[in-house]
Amino acid sequence: MYQFNYHKPASLADAAAALAKNPDAKALGGGQSLIASMKLRLSQPSDLVDLSGIAELRGIKADGGGVTIGAMTRHAEVAASAEVKKAIPALAALAAGIGDRMVRNMGTLGGSLANNDPAADYPAAVLGLGATVNTNKRKIPADQFFKGMYETALEAGEIITSVTFPAPKKAAYVKFRNPASRYALVGVFVADTAGGPRVAVTGAGPGVFRVPEMEKALAAKFSPESVAGVKVKADGLNSDLHASAEYRAHLVTVMAKRAVAAAG
Amino acid sequence: MGDMNLIGASVKRKEDYRFLTGAGTYTDDVVLPQQTYAVFVRSPHAHAKLRAVRTDAAKKAPGVVGVFTGADTAAVGGLPCGWLITSKDGTPMKEPAHPILAKEKVRHVGDPVAIVIAETYAQARDAAELVDVDYEVLPAAVDVRDAVKPGAPAVHAEAPDNKCYVWGHGDAAAVDKAFKAAHHVTKLEFANNRLIPNAIEPRAANAVYSRADDSYTLYVANQNPHVERLLMTAFVLGLPEHKVRVVAPDVGGGFGSKIFLYAEDVVLTWASKQVNRPVKWTAERSESFMTDAHGRDHYTVAELALDKDGRFLAMRVHTLANLGAYLSTFASSVPTILYATLLAGQYTTPAIYAEVTGVFTNTTPVDAYRGAGRPEATYVVERLVETAARDLKMDPAEIRRRNFIRSFPYATPVGLTYDTGNYEKTLDAVLKLADVAGYAKRKEESAKKGLLRGIGYSCYIEACGLAPSNIAGALGARAGLFEAGEVRVHPTGKVTIFTGSHSHGQGHETTFAQVVADRLGIPIEDVDIQHGDTGKILFGMGTYGSRSLAVGGTAIVKALDKVVNKGKKIAAHLMEAAEADIEFKNGFFQVAGTDKKKAFAEIALTAYVPHNYPLDKLEPGLNENAFYDPTNFTYPAGSYVCEVEVDPETGVVRIDRFSAVDDFGNIVNPMIVEGQVHGGLAQGIGQALLEGCRYDPETGQLLTGTYQDYAMPRADDLPAYQVGTEKTPCTHNPLGVKGCGEAGAIGSPAAVMNAITDALGVRDVPMPATPQTVWRAIQAKR
Repeated sequence: MYQFNYHKPASLADAAAALAKNPDAKALGGGQSLIASMKLRLSQPSDLVDLSGIAELRGIKADGGGVTIGAMTRHAEVAASAEVKKAIPALAALAAGIGDRMVRNMGTLGGSLANNDPAADYPAAVLGLGATVNTNKRKIPADQFFKGMYETALEAGEIITSVTFPAPKKAAYVKFRNPASRYALVGVFVADTAGGPRVAVTGAGPGVFRVPEMEKALAAKFSPESVAGVKVKADGLNSDLHASAEYRAHLVTVMAKRAVAAAG
Repeated sequence: MGDMNLIGASVKRKEDYRFLTGAGTYTDDVVLPQQTYAVFVRSPHAHAKLRAVRTDAAKKAPGVVGVFTGADTAAVGGLPCGWLITSKDGTPMKEPAHPILAKEKVRHVGDPVAIVIAETYAQARDAAELVDVDYEVLPAAVDVRDAVKPGAPAVHAEAPDNKCYVWGHGDAAAVDKAFKAAHHVTKLEFANNRLIPNAIEPRAANAVYSRADDSYTLYVANQNPHVERLLMTAFVLGLPEHKVRVVAPDVGGGFGSKIFLYAEDVVLTWASKQVNRPVKWTAERSESFMTDAHGRDHYTVAELALDKDGRFLAMRVHTLANLGAYLSTFASSVPTILYATLLAGQYTTPAIYAEVTGVFTNTTPVDAYRGAGRPEATYVVERLVETAARDLKMDPAEIRRRNFIRSFPYATPVGLTYDTGNYEKTLDAVLKLADVAGYAKRKEESAKKGLLRGIGYSCYIEACGLAPSNIAGALGARAGLFEAGEVRVHPTGKVTIFTGSHSHGQGHETTFAQVVADRLGIPIEDVDIQHGDTGKILFGMGTYGSRSLAVGGTAIVKALDKVVNKGKKIAAHLMEAAEADIEFKNGFFQVAGTDKKKAFAEIALTAYVPHNYPLDKLEPGLNENAFYDPTNFTYPAGSYVCEVEVDPETGVVRIDRFSAVDDFGNIVNPMIVEGQVHGGLAQGIGQALLEGCRYDPETGQLLTGTYQDYAMPRADDLPAYQVGTEKTPCTHNPLGVKGCGEAGAIGSPAAVMNAITDALGVRDVPMPATPQTVWRAIQAKR
């Protein structure tokens, strides 16, 4: 790890100011990706602005039929939350399956979304549920938030404050894990929402994406058979040691089918 | 009074209090006065010329104590290889220099180029980035099949075709003749996948030089400190052996990878005198991936000739063995002596010929890894046998029964003489344990769920208890393979044992203490086991090849016999009886046929307070040592059955049942043995399903250099094992023990792969059988 300056502001305004002042500063959520990459000397921020001292970024509250979750809420807290389990059990289950126990006790919702790792789980839920990402500047609909590998709609100095998840009629997330890292090789979040069925896929491509053909088929009939025959094109999907684009494309269909079955 | 019947008791491990409460002392825990810290600058390229190594900026960096390169260590010798293999044309193997810091060229990613030593680890790390190395990148030889093609880049000028040796073993003419007359030939062609050891404790070393008496002490995570010292002093640094002490304290797993003398150990020892300060290095996990000697990596074409009744007539095996960029300490022997000699397996195959080409590549050196040659041999034999049974539509158990060796001793056509065994008994036991009778019903139930169920067998044999020194020497070993032990009886009757074996997870402190307490009839608490320090232990060849109890334990037993014999003399004197009339039993020296007896502790006290003592005939004191050189290898064997369920939609393989029945001869501590079997099975199943080291075939970059990409087995990848044992005691050591450390890793990969190929109805699936690999095999069949 290289040297850096550490800041722990107590308010959102102070955090934004600290980030604005240093162009090479980085916001620190749970540090589950950033700290590891700094230890490997792959990342060299001049300043770390630790958001863990800002009370307003934490907590979970029921919100309409859904939930609003503070950006600094840990995965383990989401997994254990009675409100989340009641409103969106699939979201609690997703959080319970992120990484390992240590990652879940440290990692945060906002950190995961701002990082937008192509194999992260939360982006699938945010996109699959049609959630809204709230920042210190605006409200960003999920469909406009994710911009591809490690890219988001966040502007310099913009901080995620919370995410509002509307409750679906039913939903499920099914993940096929990379045998080594246990990240999602392919993860599919399906939800039957007020605005119609949504299918969001993580791990398979450079970033989370929806599958309109599957959504259309599910709108006609929300059943596993509806998606079983819908093939996803391998073009543009990730390809690595563990899974070719073809295999990933195949798994998208299988996982979608299993997610619909799990959603009931 | 001692605990009776300690042999065969599942005594809880004495060492676990220390390990489980964090009271162990590992090499990285050793912090010496004036400690400095080292970081190695390593090649990012698989193959490159070193145009220049500029260290000026690094030397000026804050806290830097010293920076050294290959030019600075030019006078230091290269690392030796401990086993000479002679090619079939009679020429000795090629032994290119293995410098401790790269000189003109780097030959694999991670090859050390410079060492940077500083006051703190962070300063050393920062300064290491300032070492400016000018590389001229060369084409690399990576895959073993590519490396032997004409025109492949030469790793060493001394071996322009990249061949270290072409070694032949067995009667080629007899094999050819048998193949011509055969009813059927089963042929398979496959790789034995390359593995990265991944001990939980990374390699580490801490070297200190003493100006006061011109001596060195090296703390090092190592499995055999005396061998480390011998190789380093006699072959590399030219230091007087008695001026170097090597300490291998608590070591967190070795699996073979800590047998070897590594460049880092030598550089540190050398540098400690240059800077006149202790120098410590602990590998980062990425360094472990890049520089711990890897395992396996064979490419093999294997054929089995059979008659119409399924009797094996002959076997022919051609193997390309990847040795990596340099010859590691025992690299040459693993794919030859420890491999081809095991190709008879449990069977009476009358003619066997193996030809092994050892190949240099621009990859990390490859050497012994849990099983070392024997897993590769078992994989060849047991994949062939199972496939032959399918070819001939025979029951896989039946084809094995028809070919089992049934009379002992049995001399195989590949140079070993098995002393004892009962292969049918272990097979029968495992068939029962695995409920093979209920398999058909389980297969139906799986099919109802849309899953493919398969069953696979593997009946392995291994040669352990390395080794009769004269036989090993005739086969090219450049070292003896005996073991040493010392029994120090203190005046109060407490006992300290000094053993040349080394425990790095095996539980010797318990098992050996059980043997000693049982033999002396004293409480196990009165016995302490010391190991891992050339300053304390008389000598030792260390721990590998499942040899510790069979060879190291026997050395202790022989020393115990001397203690008892001397005790009898003392007792005879005290009780005014003839020495021949003294019996030693349950901790007492007793005059036969009388109730006159003296406890062990009384005799010990008498030996150290020799007032009433035959001083004219007998030395005082009670301290004996012994060296033991085995007369044969030991031959643990077993039968494994694996059942898998394959999800045809995803290619995921789940091991539903794994049953193992092993014959380890007599067992001292069944709990520890079962733990060893579990660990071995996890590693073997890891090889079959998960672990596969991959390099970019063009650039030689390590693609599986972190746990993100190298899949280690986790608890939920593994089933609840069913394990059992059968017993045919070893005939040539006094404990009747054979060794158990490697069995699981040797026997299990073939069982798993036989089960997967059965489930899929295909001839072969490459290891590791990852979901994608299995899915592709299913697609290819469709």
